[in-house]
Amino acid sequence: MTRTTRRTLLTGAAALAVAAASPAFAQKKYDEGATDTEIKIGNTNPYSGNASAYGLIGKTIEAYFKMVNDNGGINGRKINFITYDDGYAPPKTVEMVRKLVEEDKVLFVFQTLGTPPNTAIHKYMNQKKVPQLFVATGASKWGNPKEFPWTMGWQPDYATEAAIYAKHILETVKDPKIGILMQNDDYGKDYLNGFKAGLGKDNEKLIVQLATYEVTDPTVDSQMIQLKNSGANVFFNITTPKFAAQAIKKAAEIGWKPVHYLNNVSISVGAVLKPAGLEASQGIITAQYGKDPTDPQWAKDADMVAWNQFMDKYLPQGDKKSSFHTYGYSVSATLVEVLKKCGDNLTRENVMKQAASLKNLEIPLLLPGIKLNTSATDFYPIQSVQLARFEGETWKLFGKVISHDAASQ
Amino acid sequence: MATTTTANGIPAAKRLRAIGPPVWLWGVIVLLALLPVVGGKTGLISNYGFLQLSLMIVYAIAVLGLILLTGFNGQISLGHGAFFAVGAYTAAVLIDQASWPYWATLPVAAAVCFVVGYLFGLPALRLEGHYLALATFALAVAVPQFLKYRHFEWFTNGVQGINIFKPDPPFGLPLSADQWMYLVVLAVAIFMFWLARNLLDSRTGRAMMAIRDHAMAASTMGVNVAHYKTVVFGISALYTGVAGALHAIIFEFVSPDSFRFELSIAILVGAVVGGIASLPGAVVGGVFVQVIEKYADALTKQITSAVHLPIDLEPWTIYGIALIALMYTMPMGIAGGLALLWRRLRGS
Repeated sequence: MTRTTRRTLLTGAAALAVAAASPAFAQKKYDEGATDTEIKIGNTNPYSGNASAYGLIGKTIEAYFKMVNDNGGINGRKINFITYDDGYAPPKTVEMVRKLVEEDKVLFVFQTLGTPPNTAIHKYMNQKKVPQLFVATGASKWGNPKEFPWTMGWQPDYATEAAIYAKHILETVKDPKIGILMQNDDYGKDYLNGFKAGLGKDNEKLIVQLATYEVTDPTVDSQMIQLKNSGANVFFNITTPKFAAQAIKKAAEIGWKPVHYLNNVSISVGAVLKPAGLEASQGIITAQYGKDPTDPQWAKDADMVAWNQFMDKYLPQGDKKSSFHTYGYSVSATLVEVLKKCGDNLTRENVMKQAASLKNLEIPLLLPGIKLNTSATDFYPIQSVQLARFEGETWKLFGKVISHDAASQ
Repeated sequence: MATTTTANGIPAAKRLRAIGPPVWLWGVIVLLALLPVVGGKTGLISNYGFLQLSLMIVYAIAVLGLILLTGFNGQISLGHGAFFAVGAYTAAVLIDQASWPYWATLPVAAAVCFVVGYLFGLPALRLEGHYLALATFALAVAVPQFLKYRHFEWFTNGVQGINIFKPDPPFGLPLSADQWMYLVVLAVAIFMFWLARNLLDSRTGRAMMAIRDHAMAASTMGVNVAHYKTVVFGISALYTGVAGALHAIIFEFVSPDSFRFELSIAILVGAVVGGIASLPGAVVGGVFVQVIEKYADALTKQITSAVHLPIDLEPWTIYGIALIALMYTMPMGIAGGLALLWRRLRGS
């Protein structure tokens, strides 16, 4: 860290202290990337490569900020959104983020996408003391303010989601025997550990079979047969879209009908359930936190109407059935709220501070009752979900919004 | 000018010249070494710029490794990314797990990669041309999987990769970490190029090239073909491995996905584009690898918008077109093409 940045930070911190003590003296305080007229925000997204479907999120964010700028910006400042393609490859992410921080000199980095890319820049961002804000992944490690105070997630973390499934199983299934199919990496292990924590030490023995697969495996057929033979009547499906479809299809083929919980990352009707077979997908349970654009119950909802107008004006070519566009919309709205709260104090420290002091914040296109909460010890903004069951051709919400106080690891 | 001869019969003046690089090269080296002072202080070159320069030099060393093997020894390799990965992980693991200083990891990475290359060279003796290409291809594809293998995870850290930090300049020099590492990389590169030059000018070098030109004739002349082929494989792997180690240190991050098959292809393309049988070609190749990776995407976008093409060009279209054009106009690579031009201009 260069001396200049440290000095700026100390000055910023000192100014904050003065400003806090005497509001009459509130001055404009900037770190690199913020001026009287603009706020520079950096981002990487996979616009090419295997994960390029996610690139729609980056495009949505870009369009959203254009809308904000057209409406006058934030506290009179325009947003300069700089986004680079990293092709979901961690080394490229490292290089592009270094470019953003050291050459483009952005104020902070927002919504970098993917667990591996974010893992690659995790230590660097914290060493450089540049916010790695509202990352586009649900791994629980993003909510660790003690060791990584400059990194924060946004969506419900995988551990919280799994714990909610665990609790639901304990409440609704009599004599559960749980079988789990898990992708053998960071993301899979995150879900598994959260699930076990949700069950509690005494109930871990309810897991009768844990079958794993590598993301390079061609099929999961043998694992599914193994799970059926274990006699499990509950199935926790921790798989990415391709394997989720295979698992659902195979379960139907071998005549295995457990109570089926599917992780949130694979709930796309078009990409997973249709290929697996809508018949085979009936009754699958998952956790939702956003309003699905295909759900007819939100057709007249004010948020949804506003979103449709946004899509018509700023993303006319966009697919109105894709939840990536609603996701991008919601997370951009969150950032705009945080920046508004920063006022004229646009230091990196203040950006993190404001992000870490959200109290019952409501954001468009989240399910009613889901609010964002953060604090100095809680870096998980959204920790509530609502369960939904697949019926007919869409997800039908049921029950109430469930919150879970996930302890940061 | 009276030429004094020595015992070997070689004129003294010529012998002196053969020891070190020519004058103009010294000038270039000094200029490059002064860049941190000139560029850094005036802010002309940012830290990120020095990172880019360091990466170009690192790739130049990697390409040099391949050139020694393919251009000067005639053995094709589609798998040098594997040696790059081994060198990078050796350095990363030593720094991260054993807290070794960065400079100490370089000799170890060199030694490890030499052994790996030599061991791979042994079965490769039986393979020629396409078969060797396939075997090295298999190596390149296998290495990322080895790195992800769960039983190695206790030291490779699996898919998450290893994060390490660049060292700060020693002795409190007024340089940034990026500028210091640039100088380190430059020094290592100059040393390794000098070694390569001497290797090629020696008896070993002549044996290498004899094997490349006609292995049977070489063995008839008493050259131990098997010995030289395996040793050169080892040396080539050593060079690319040192490049990998340096890359790990300056990039501060290694992961299995950093060393996919595309890296092996990039090194090969860099070698061919630079000039498969020339040392300056390695430098050109190194620059090409780094620049193309970064600017293929941006350049394509600029061209698409400037020419108002109705179709959406993929980022690598320009890369492909440039490659075809280069191979057509300069089959000996850019260095070869420039050398040809120079000779034509001088009229010889």
